[in-house]
Amino acid sequence: MRQIAYQRAGSVDEAVQAAAQPEAAFLAGGTSLVDLMKLEVLNPARVVDVTRLDLSRIEPRADGIRLGATATNSAVAAHPEVKRRFPALSQALLSGASPQLRNVATVAGNLMQRTRCAYYRDLATRCNKRSPGAGCDAIEGWTRMHAILGGSEQCIALHPSDMCVALAALEATIHVRGQRGERDIPFGDFHLLPGDHPEREFALEPGELVTWVFVPATAAAARSRYVKVRDRISYAFALASCATALEVANGRIRVARMALGGVGTKPWRSLEAERMLVGATPRAETFRRAADVALRDARPRRDNAFKVELAKRTMIRALTLSAEGA
Amino acid sequence: MNDNHSDDGLGRREFLVGGAVIVVAACAGSQARREGTGPSAPGEPIEIMLLVNGERRALRVDPRTTLLDLLRENLGLTGTKKGCDMGQCGACTVLADGVRIDSCLALAAQYDGRSITTIEGLIKDGTLHPAQEAFLQEDAFQCGYCTPGQILSCIGFLHEGGGATEMEIREGMSGNICRCGAYPNIVSAVRSLRGRA
Repeated sequence: MRQIAYQRAGSVDEAVQAAAQPEAAFLAGGTSLVDLMKLEVLNPARVVDVTRLDLSRIEPRADGIRLGATATNSAVAAHPEVKRRFPALSQALLSGASPQLRNVATVAGNLMQRTRCAYYRDLATRCNKRSPGAGCDAIEGWTRMHAILGGSEQCIALHPSDMCVALAALEATIHVRGQRGERDIPFGDFHLLPGDHPEREFALEPGELVTWVFVPATAAAARSRYVKVRDRISYAFALASCATALEVANGRIRVARMALGGVGTKPWRSLEAERMLVGATPRAETFRRAADVALRDARPRRDNAFKVELAKRTMIRALTLSAEGA
Repeated sequence: MNDNHSDDGLGRREFLVGGAVIVVAACAGSQARREGTGPSAPGEPIEIMLLVNGERRALRVDPRTTLLDLLRENLGLTGTKKGCDMGQCGACTVLADGVRIDSCLALAAQYDGRSITTIEGLIKDGTLHPAQEAFLQEDAFQCGYCTPGQILSCIGFLHEGGGATEMEIREGMSGNICRCGAYPNIVSAVRSLRGRA
């Protein structure tokens, strides 16, 4: 790890000001940042510790729930209102990482979680995300754990988060504070596609701090589900995962929200698949057609063609479970 | 992380323990401090205070120091093990204010003012902690390298109100890898503690 300056922010304003300096990074649970600093993949000169700010509250409201940026994954997953009104979020969080990591990993940290692409993490290889313009050794490399949706010729790094898949399906909003004030970012706009600039990962201005995430309460959200398929039963990243939220009335799907994990360069929502589901009868054929549409643009590489069918089946399974509960 | 090498005959650990640690017995304020710290220059040492196994330890550390390295190298508490050093194996598990964490991914500076429990802190007046007893009783280890982390994780799991079925215990203990494969007996040890620890 390179040398760093450590600063513990005493207020949100102080944190925003400190992080607006060049080469500064916010530090919360550290489960991603400290790991990547040890590997010298991320090399901030200054870390701004935000864990003592008053940002860890989980506040249920009539119209949804506000998750403080530094609320831990464990706290959010165990919160009774999260379990009752947003079960997919609790299920997604509990399916990720290990108990020790969930005890410190935060909401905002999970939003900012970096890819687990082995090439990104290895300084001996070329990576456009790590060193813009350097090239990508993943595309022609070992691609079993890479994205099949949303990639570019510069980057096919997979987005690893479980929580973000649930929040994408639940249509969360991310609230941030920067030097120019506060603003809300719709969840789908927060993570950027790699395109020609895979080093740009988030729709954040320098120094902007995530302060909370708002998840709107809906009838569909209360019956949401998260299904994750992985190499072993616990403590593994998703090969494919799916968050679904359905509302069914009079035998027809009234509301459909879904997002896929383990397949995209960002949490992958298919609005077209959602539109197909609305008005349809919740049954296997409907779900299969929607899954075909969601994966239509999939571009598998040498080692990950299996993900296309796996993601479809995961999606069908999640939709089936959601429909049973709806 | 620490590239300190001593050529004067002292071992690396002796050097670090003797040279870099200032232990102050009476240090005010055991509660986590909320106020901010001013900006420092990169690499400039910072002063922190931790309550380690009930003892106040005031230290001056490189800001990069992880909690794991601080425990092992600065305080000589080598019961906490360094396995993968990247948050995957759980050998470095300690309790921070009673909550289990991987100390390898924690910067020590972040734990300023907080209470840390390591395997060395479990014994009380010569009596082993019930979790230590349970691991002995159930023969829940082979080489023993992962065992301190397993025991601290077990205590954390029980505090979290973890379940009692084999699946719940295996899931709850999944952050601790045992390369010898002592899992069946680890599950037995955890199960034997339900409602006791």
